[in-house]
Amino acid sequence: MWDQEIRAMASTHAILASTVFVATVAPKVLLRGFSVYGTHLLWMYCMAGAVGVVNVSVFWLLGISPPTKKHTVGYKLSRLVRSCLYLFLSCLFFHTVVVLYGAPLIESAVETFSLAVLLTSLTTLRCLCVLGPNVQAWIRVFSRHGAMSVWDTSLQITTGTTVIGAWLGAFPIPLDWDRPWQVWPVSCSMGSVIGFVSGLVAAPTWIHYHRKQLTYKCK
Amino acid sequence: MKVRSSVFASFILIFEVFGIALFLRGFFPVPVKSSLPSKSKLSDMPTEPSTGVSHNSSEPPQPIFNKVVIMLVDALREDFVFGPNGPTHMPYTRQLVERASTHSFIAKARAPTVTMPRIKAITTGSIPGFIDVIMNLNSPALLEDNLIWQAKTAGKRMVFYGDDTWVRLFPKHFMEYDGTTSFFVSDYTEVDNNVTRHLDSTLKRDDWDILILHYLGLDHIGHISGPHSSLVPPKLLEMDDVLKRIHGSLILKEAEGSLPYLLVLCGDHGMSETGSHGGSSEAEVNTPLVLISPAFKRKVGMEKPGTVEQVDLSPTLALGLGLPIPQNSVGRVIPAVLEETSLRDQLRFLHLNGHQLSCLLKDSIPAYEKDAGFEQFRVAEKSHGNWMKLYMEGNTSEVLTNMGKKVLKQYMEALAAMSAALSKQLGKYDMYSMTAGMVFVFQLLLVLLLAMPEALSGAAEVDVPVLSALLSLPFYLLCLLLASAHVLVCTSAESSCYFCSLSWGLVFAAVAFSSALFCILVSMATRRLSQGPKMILGKGGEWSLSELDVVLLVGSAGHTVSLAASSFVEEEHQTWYFLLSTLCLAVFQDVCRKYFREERGGGGGGGGSGDDEDHLLPTKGCHPSRGSSSSDHSHTALRAGIFSERWLALATPPFTLTCCRILRSLNQTGVQWAHVPDMGHWLNSSEHGVVLSLVAAFSLVLIYFLVQRRCSWVSKVALALGLLGVYSYRAAVGNVSFPWQHAGPSTSKGTVEARFVYIFVLGILFTGSKDLLRSQILTVDARLKSRGLWEIYSGLVLLVSLLFRAHNLPVLCGGLLIQSLMAQFIWKKLHYDAAQITIMHYWFGQAFFFFQGNSNNIATVDISVGFVGLESYVEAPAIFLTALSTYAGPLLWACHLVCYLSSERHRSPVMMAHGCYCLALLRSVPVAAYILLITALRYHLFIWSVFSPKLLYEAMHILLTAGVCLFFSTVEQGHSSGKS
Repeated sequence: MWDQEIRAMASTHAILASTVFVATVAPKVLLRGFSVYGTHLLWMYCMAGAVGVVNVSVFWLLGISPPTKKHTVGYKLSRLVRSCLYLFLSCLFFHTVVVLYGAPLIESAVETFSLAVLLTSLTTLRCLCVLGPNVQAWIRVFSRHGAMSVWDTSLQITTGTTVIGAWLGAFPIPLDWDRPWQVWPVSCSMGSVIGFVSGLVAAPTWIHYHRKQLTYKCK
Repeated sequence: MKVRSSVFASFILIFEVFGIALFLRGFFPVPVKSSLPSKSKLSDMPTEPSTGVSHNSSEPPQPIFNKVVIMLVDALREDFVFGPNGPTHMPYTRQLVERASTHSFIAKARAPTVTMPRIKAITTGSIPGFIDVIMNLNSPALLEDNLIWQAKTAGKRMVFYGDDTWVRLFPKHFMEYDGTTSFFVSDYTEVDNNVTRHLDSTLKRDDWDILILHYLGLDHIGHISGPHSSLVPPKLLEMDDVLKRIHGSLILKEAEGSLPYLLVLCGDHGMSETGSHGGSSEAEVNTPLVLISPAFKRKVGMEKPGTVEQVDLSPTLALGLGLPIPQNSVGRVIPAVLEETSLRDQLRFLHLNGHQLSCLLKDSIPAYEKDAGFEQFRVAEKSHGNWMKLYMEGNTSEVLTNMGKKVLKQYMEALAAMSAALSKQLGKYDMYSMTAGMVFVFQLLLVLLLAMPEALSGAAEVDVPVLSALLSLPFYLLCLLLASAHVLVCTSAESSCYFCSLSWGLVFAAVAFSSALFCILVSMATRRLSQGPKMILGKGGEWSLSELDVVLLVGSAGHTVSLAASSFVEEEHQTWYFLLSTLCLAVFQDVCRKYFREERGGGGGGGGSGDDEDHLLPTKGCHPSRGSSSSDHSHTALRAGIFSERWLALATPPFTLTCCRILRSLNQTGVQWAHVPDMGHWLNSSEHGVVLSLVAAFSLVLIYFLVQRRCSWVSKVALALGLLGVYSYRAAVGNVSFPWQHAGPSTSKGTVEARFVYIFVLGILFTGSKDLLRSQILTVDARLKSRGLWEIYSGLVLLVSLLFRAHNLPVLCGGLLIQSLMAQFIWKKLHYDAAQITIMHYWFGQAFFFFQGNSNNIATVDISVGFVGLESYVEAPAIFLTALSTYAGPLLWACHLVCYLSSERHRSPVMMAHGCYCLALLRSVPVAAYILLITALRYHLFIWSVFSPKLLYEAMHILLTAGVCLFFSTVEQGHSSGKS
């Protein structure tokens, strides 16, 4: 059962990682004048959209999301509305944090918000897919020993690496190399995507090697 | 010998200061200066060398030019004139360069390529050493021997228009001047129009000998939009037009029989591809130098311009005008300028230049007689004498001409060799002193590190085996070895070395100290190794790092590593701001976890995972769950109290983050984004005076309420009056306005008001130290003691608020606000240990250093605070006040650390000692790493422009920290003696 779960997760992660790859390569083939640095905003939107769509569809198909108690249309609708609200709040939250970190307040607000959207689609959206709009579950997963399934652990790892990637991505900005990727927010968004992909790779590997130590409490 | 860890740490720091001082002395080359304080005089000019016959003239040579116009265009890069775009950018100049009687050169400027040192280089001919910049902070006027002074003494009438740096450097030297300030970088038309508007009337007149024009517009354009901006070509055309006008009017004026004119077009420095300057890249260093005069041969086509040093302009102009060469000039005359004069005059000029250089060489290099250039000069002088003898005898054969040419060549070689020797003297490091200083610092750092387990233990005492080290045999052997090594190095060294020139007693003390340290180091290391396994086992079980610890350790280590990159040194504030934001988020996570876990009975636990930002997720959840618990009305009153406290604790880190974000936009520092307009500029512009007044007044009121809480009532009154005095001082200076004051800014300099504040500062400091002393000596009263400490702190705050500029008062106020909030809701409640609190204080102190507008560049030191309350410049208080206001951020945070830790002593009696030790460690590690780095990077391109100023800042900071640690240990001393 363990192996099966890990395998399922590895394949989802592989799909996600290939989505990231396709979202970078496909527009380059299809659109003229597309480049990761030059039309960076477009790349970010492509990435956010592709990862979002694939995330939602994969998790919906696999049926990982927690079982709902009620099946009425109204309840589902309210869940959907709440999820959208959470996504929006998370975008705002990331935007605020990035501005507090020193991003210009007014000048490149669009770029900053795009970064927030990208971060949201890489982190919050996955959480929403796996955990649903359930605050208690979120808190449980993100506290220290709160993971209850492989999916929770993988969420912890990918979210952590994504955020750390974005954090590390800010470091090259003050260097005076005058490279195109030092422009705000290129390095941060690339850092977060690289962090996300490495998290996708690291999570199954880590879980595979630590499966003996991992003991999940039953729900 | 057992020592308390605070005493141990402060002693280590004090010795480290000595080690760094030695390192600095070796690192900064001593400026080449003639030992005579006087200036060159015409009467000191050497006579023409000659053997036998006494017909030689001691008369100064005839000048070549009578009128000189120097047109200096700031940031004029070499390729603007000589490059492929030259003919379109500066058509007239190019035409002159190609086919008029001109000489064109590429003049190489030396780093730092900043206007002021460049002007000094052009006028004095010396290369301003780095240390000069520091030494001359006090006097804006140039006291060294220079061309302008010489010209004035010789009775030349000078007119100057342009950058007011000249006016400050040469006060009362110009017959007529109009300085334009280069403060508003965004203006690039007015600054130049202000120069050009005088041009027509001045050129018409005939009552001047030297006209100097300094155009700033091009530099400003470079700073705004770089060398390839569309603004550059029109500006260059404008400059070209100005040159055309000057040249035209000079041609008109030229009269038969009189000496010709000389028009000089030059740049002070170039500009890099981003438009900035200061470093030593090719684009910043290469400037054009075009000399236009009918005295030169007419050109027939574009030639590749030769390369000269920028300092060569000074002796060339001096000789051309018939003035003595400035004493400290290391330049050599440009031979092309002399081409058309007679051979005798040429030899005479070269002899004068050679004589001046040889005098300088004699003064600055002890072994000057061995120098190749000096010997060549002696030989050349001798053959010059022989030539003169033949010449005087009326010999006019070709042999004489050939012989003269040979002498000329000899002179040129000698000049080149001597100039090179002098320049090399400037770039030479005294490696022996540097190594000695570095060895001291590293020995001390290792001792400090090895003592860590003991110093941070519950007893907070370090066992330093001094006696056993001093009595051991290896100590004496090492002493002998090091002393003999010292003798060996000093006798074999060719160049002068500071450590060798020290007196024997001092050197022996240093040698003994170093060997004793080495013995202590070894014995401590062996002890640590023998205890090692046990210690590690004992600790292994409970030793786990929280996320906050990881952030603090990784951040401190990462900052030290980042110092290796010049950009990170330039933009160090970014590193600190970034780390501080991360710290706030990590603290936030800790707070959330604490209050969350308590609420949920410790079951699930709240808080985030290991990274920095996710912890916000629980806070979102915090609010509804809190809502549910509030329905429980069992202990309403108590709960409400805890509740508001929780809210405040939860709100503190986001508030701190917001506060820091606002403060960082107050002063834009660093290099890359320094030109971005910031709030400080906005507040200081004249139309926002009311806002500035309101902000300053509000900050002062807030400062009062934050500080007065823990003072005695006397201090409260004094503080209130003092802060009022601060406001009236600012009003008197004209920064802020009183609502009832409608007249223009008063003429007084605010001296009275400032002195009024000083009195209260002294009063508060006095009551504070009185309380402190009483609590130390007479009674053991912890409350009295903490009040005394706080009063000293509030006295410092008052002094700093007087020294800070009006727009920086929010920085002070924000710092106090963060301190009190953090102390009340975070540090106390979350039970952080002394090490964590110390690191946090240190980080905040560093960030506040940059918040107040400092950078790692010497230029941002605000020298004007040295004059607050003083009518004229007095050295000691000025230096003290400048240092205090520059380091106000780190100092205030360190003082707050003392206050806080001493008030928290009941929690753990050794907190003070731990804090002191951590502070010493936090400061020593980056300094030691930095001097190692700087030794490795000593031939780096940016060593003078980026790394050395930072070294000075680091040295100053460690001196300050040593002082704070000493204060720590005295305060702690009283405590432990009171306990026993």
